[in-house]
Amino acid sequence: MEQAVHDRGGWPTDAPIDRHEHELADWELLTDAIVDALERSGAMNVDELRRGIESMSPTEYERASYYERWLYSAESILTEKGVLAPGEVDRRLAG
Amino acid sequence: MSHHDHDHSHEPVAADEPPAGARARALEELLVEKGAIDRDDVRHRIDWLVSRSPADGARLVARAWVDPAFKERLLVDARAAALEVGLDPGPSPLVVALENTDAVHHVVVCTLCSCYPKALLGPPPDWYKSLPYRSRAVSDPRGVLGEFGLTLDEDVEVRVVDSTADIRYLVIPRRPGGTEGMREEELAALVTRDSMIGVSRAGPPLLFKS
Repeated sequence: MEQAVHDRGGWPTDAPIDRHEHELADWELLTDAIVDALERSGAMNVDELRRGIESMSPTEYERASYYERWLYSAESILTEKGVLAPGEVDRRLAG
Repeated sequence: MSHHDHDHSHEPVAADEPPAGARARALEELLVEKGAIDRDDVRHRIDWLVSRSPADGARLVARAWVDPAFKERLLVDARAAALEVGLDPGPSPLVVALENTDAVHHVVVCTLCSCYPKALLGPPPDWYKSLPYRSRAVSDPRGVLGEFGLTLDEDVEVRVVDSTADIRYLVIPRRPGGTEGMREEELAALVTRDSMIGVSRAGPPLLFKS
């Protein structure tokens, strides 16, 4: 079976480890906090967060930054559960 | 009501913010309007997250160095040991402390994602979440440690532990030599974030001499 994109252990790579320190940006803290609040309100849980991340396309998974994956997952899981209507975040951004 | 007349003011946004920033704010706005989350809860979590630091984990390690009975309790049940000294061990059901010795060296990774004892160490460094670290910590741990400037003797066994949402790990690094007379608080200052992930050693004993 082909190794899924999130399953990185032993994935062949010579890429160096970027060891730059990075303080979390406001939107990254906000994304973490939204997901945490959703978990505490019972709207979604950590396993669903992971399922949402792991169902990203391999190309998108590798392109996205860490909290972009969280954001993608929260949106897709909440849409699946009917908390958000399809495309609702896009419409809010366009509005 | 339209979203233009909601009852909070927009905070200034960093100039270099990626599109995901606006997306996160739109998501928060929608979820608050729907009552799925509470805005104060979100603010509180941000405050909590920026208040976590490796200094908390360092307190556990320093206590373990000076108090063998506490070290045993930490190794048996790190959650309970953290609570014992008044620290928040976080939501993970199991926090496991692993002791580095002159024979065994532990390194922590999360190959599947980024599980990490945030409550005790603060948010994980970016490299911990990076794809190359998650890949190579498993296939070439000594090479990875070398990139962090840590070379271990060949006869030291390297154990790589893979975190999950249910089990998170905290490494107890070796106590540096020359620290015999130091107090617990002084020792805690030697315990770095990276040493508790297992990619570096604790110390050195005196970085600044007065």
